[in-house]
Amino acid sequence: MSGFITKINSTVLTVSGYDNFHVSEMVMVGPKKLIGEVIKINKSEAVVQIFEDATDLKLYDKIYPTGRPLSITLGPGIIGNIFDGIERPLFSIEKISGAFISPGLHVSSLDEEKLWPTKIIAKIGDFVKSGDIIAHVHESNFIVNKIMVGHEISGKIIEIVPDGNYNAKKILAVVENENGKEFDITMLQTWPIKIPRPVSQKKSVTRPLITGQRIIDTLFPIAKGGIAAIPGGFGTGKTMTQHQLAKWSDADIIVYIGCGERGNEMTQVLYDFSELKDPRSGFPLMDRTILIANTSNMPVAAREASIYTGITIAEYYRDMGYHVAIMADSTSRWAEALRELSGRLEEIPAEEGFPAYLASRLAEFYERAGYVENLNGSEGSITIIGAVSPQGGDLSEPVTQNTKRFVRCFWTLDRSLAYARHFPAIQWLTSYTEYLDDLADWYEKNLGKEFMANRAAITKILNEENELMEIVKLIGADILPDNQKLILEISKVIRVGFLQQNAYHSFDTYVTLEKQMKMLEIILYLYEKSKLLVAHGIPVRILKSSGIFDKIISIKYDVPNDNLQKLDEYFAAIDNFYEQCQKS
Amino acid sequence: MEFIGLNQLNSSFIILENSDAAYDEIVEIKSGAQKKLGKVVQIEKDKTIIQVFGNNDNLSLNNTHVKFTGRPMEIKLSEEILGRTFNGIGEPIDGLGEIYEDCRRNINGSPINPVSRVYPQNYIQTGISAIDGLTTLIRGQKLPVFSGNGLPHDKLAAQIVRQASLKDKTNQKFAIVFAAMGIKHDTADYFKKTFQQSGAIERVVMFLNLANDPVAERLITPHLALTTAEYLAYEKNMHILVILTDMTAYAEALREISSAKNEIPSRKGYPGYLYSELAAIFERAGIIKGHDGSVTQIPILTMPNDDITHPIPDLTGYITEGQIVLNRNLFQKGIYPPINILPSLSRLMKDGIGEGFTRADHQDLANQIFSSYAHVNDVHALASIIGKDELSETDKAYMTFGNYFEKYYLGQNEFENRNMFETIDLGWKLIGLLPRNELDRINTKFLDKYYRPTSESEF
Repeated sequence: MSGFITKINSTVLTVSGYDNFHVSEMVMVGPKKLIGEVIKINKSEAVVQIFEDATDLKLYDKIYPTGRPLSITLGPGIIGNIFDGIERPLFSIEKISGAFISPGLHVSSLDEEKLWPTKIIAKIGDFVKSGDIIAHVHESNFIVNKIMVGHEISGKIIEIVPDGNYNAKKILAVVENENGKEFDITMLQTWPIKIPRPVSQKKSVTRPLITGQRIIDTLFPIAKGGIAAIPGGFGTGKTMTQHQLAKWSDADIIVYIGCGERGNEMTQVLYDFSELKDPRSGFPLMDRTILIANTSNMPVAAREASIYTGITIAEYYRDMGYHVAIMADSTSRWAEALRELSGRLEEIPAEEGFPAYLASRLAEFYERAGYVENLNGSEGSITIIGAVSPQGGDLSEPVTQNTKRFVRCFWTLDRSLAYARHFPAIQWLTSYTEYLDDLADWYEKNLGKEFMANRAAITKILNEENELMEIVKLIGADILPDNQKLILEISKVIRVGFLQQNAYHSFDTYVTLEKQMKMLEIILYLYEKSKLLVAHGIPVRILKSSGIFDKIISIKYDVPNDNLQKLDEYFAAIDNFYEQCQKS
Repeated sequence: MEFIGLNQLNSSFIILENSDAAYDEIVEIKSGAQKKLGKVVQIEKDKTIIQVFGNNDNLSLNNTHVKFTGRPMEIKLSEEILGRTFNGIGEPIDGLGEIYEDCRRNINGSPINPVSRVYPQNYIQTGISAIDGLTTLIRGQKLPVFSGNGLPHDKLAAQIVRQASLKDKTNQKFAIVFAAMGIKHDTADYFKKTFQQSGAIERVVMFLNLANDPVAERLITPHLALTTAEYLAYEKNMHILVILTDMTAYAEALREISSAKNEIPSRKGYPGYLYSELAAIFERAGIIKGHDGSVTQIPILTMPNDDITHPIPDLTGYITEGQIVLNRNLFQKGIYPPINILPSLSRLMKDGIGEGFTRADHQDLANQIFSSYAHVNDVHALASIIGKDELSETDKAYMTFGNYFEKYYLGQNEFENRNMFETIDLGWKLIGLLPRNELDRINTKFLDKYYRPTSESEF
């Protein structure tokens, strides 16, 4: 049973001679058995895109159907691994083909021989349905892989193994349904990447994803189960911000998708994450991270698939009750892959050459995020943080605009901030989050009532600064009255001392919420006292010469996360400054 | 397999009716005494489309022989290739005859497995302050020069070639692969002379596709160059600097051929796969585990109308690890090299400088210079409204800093080779023009150690 090639145009093939292909079916192409996917079927022809280079393919080469959609294997061994866009492990590929990836490699996604310490938690006679957990496998220092009953299986356990060390293919249990049909349960599942895994119900979001990045946690927080986009032209620090979030956010598991990005960057992530320790548990970050690396020079169809592969893996762990965060770097490269393939299919282009279905594809992807109740009753979440690389840095282009419709958190990276090396270059005036109301209760319960009020006060000062800057640009700062000069000075403290954060500094790279809150309080206390002094007619110049402003700016470098009581000294210092100034 | 006669002919393609062609296969085309190469670009049931390198001027439907080689485009390689000059499809044009081949390589290469890469961390000193101090070039990096027509990008590239040196002087097997795509004859000549003068010509491999050479060949040239570079780097353990100029001409060629194939255009008429094609070139820079060699790329592109948002620089910037941007205003002020540091960036710099590489204060100092110089622009804007005299003392200091920075830090002679520490010290001297409390990017301990107020008379 096979078809044959009747047309080759780069990675898009036309196939005849077999009329039982399904759309989205995975196929094997030619003598090397290249992996491909059926994307369109006409009367007697099917259109297939291949995930590899087409070199050497010939007319009438055979195409074999597999009868199933493009799927990936799920099981223990995913954590800590690095895969290409269709879940081929890059370390295994290296063993076969060396430093360069040759086409037509077939390697199994997971090590099926490795023995995993397994603890059985179900027993004979239990009634189980899909999603229910029958065993715990120690997958990494962080993660217990919970072995779930597969899709559309339910019934009574009639056989089960004792605790022990088993490989992934071992039949752990046999389930008999009411019709007497038996199902083997192993550690492995396969799942088609373009279909969302089912959940019991979606819930509303209530908890923040804590990232340790001040501008995000304080000004533009994102919820666990939320969606954020980071748009920015090249060089504005998208990847850097994604790395920071992947390193420090308090999700249980991170899926990092390098979609059409640089090879050296993925190498860096792999290297850094193996070295760096998680601030909460002390284990290497790689023990909770999965990397999908489909770099820009790897085949374009696999780039398109990489996003789906990543989210399917995330859903698998969510189903176990974990909070997963996905970094998709970059969704624009994915959209461009759609555009490239659409062009090869000779579809009629919509805006800027992108296909008309761009918006619906983006929506399908982002809607797979959320805070859910799983089939087995546990709660889990998927947070998606997608980088957007707008062409020409222009935020009105189709990918950014369509993304904006589906995300609720928008961290705009600003070129002029990046030029001045203000990082993270998240622009505080144009960024927004819609999660504030959802999270207000959590913040109030955990950080106290003042936090939201202080946050509002800071935003207000920054907005006032922006208005004043319009004037300063025209007439210079010297002419402003002192109360307005003070706003400029205190804004500088906020910008440099609070919003700017040094990713390379040993403890400024990650800052606890407690420290963030205290820093806010100190800055606002300084503002309050200075306002009083200015009202008494003391010029800002005198206030500045006291050095207190610079002292507060460098709190971020002077007070480590584990010595927060030191922050209290700053209130005393401000009081002291107040008295000194009053005396003079 | 050989065929006689064609079905269709147009400016850059020939079409055959029946064949047993493989995708991407190279064909030899013979018509009378003329011989050309072509590549299979599309196969359909009743036609095979072949892209011809060179022009189709003398071909006719009947008397043309087409022979299928059964192989993708390959290049013959051996160490003898050093010092030789080839045309855009790899045929020797220096009159020294064919090279003795050690091996043949498919020029398309294969993607480097990210897990086999070594993260590049060793800097290359170029002797140019704006680059060494602020956008440090790292071995294994791809760092393009974004330029405009008439700006001295060639001079800059030549200076980098002349002065590039590594910190560890051991294992200095260094060579240059130069690929010209659609550049003027004069430009090619200029580079040749530069290589001769610097004594590097014995270690240079040149691939020249000049402005009047066939457009289709231009698509092959960078791949030939990079296949050569990979061979020398990973099989002969040499450090290779690849200069690709002009990438804009390459992209234009891609557009021309795409349109001739009746493909659906994307932005500004460029094909949708422009990004993937550029990536296939740029991602071939790097270092691989277990090899001593490396491939570093300096692609040069001219931004059409100096527009950095044009698809070519835009897509390039998303692939490469930073960019060095030349600026027309600085050029008109007479500053060489006219590098606008604000949009310039080296992404790999952060891990290749600092303690153990250059000096501990390097990153902080660079950040401060970027930050202060960004403010200079605001001050200029203000001064043009209220006049220089009305500026505050601090803003006046910024004005001076800006001018002196452009003159003494950016500006240097084409033959001046500053070492890394001279560059760093010069940075401190310039920063000294600003009051200390304006310097918020530098760690206090470095300020204590290196900051010293300077006056204009010291320059």
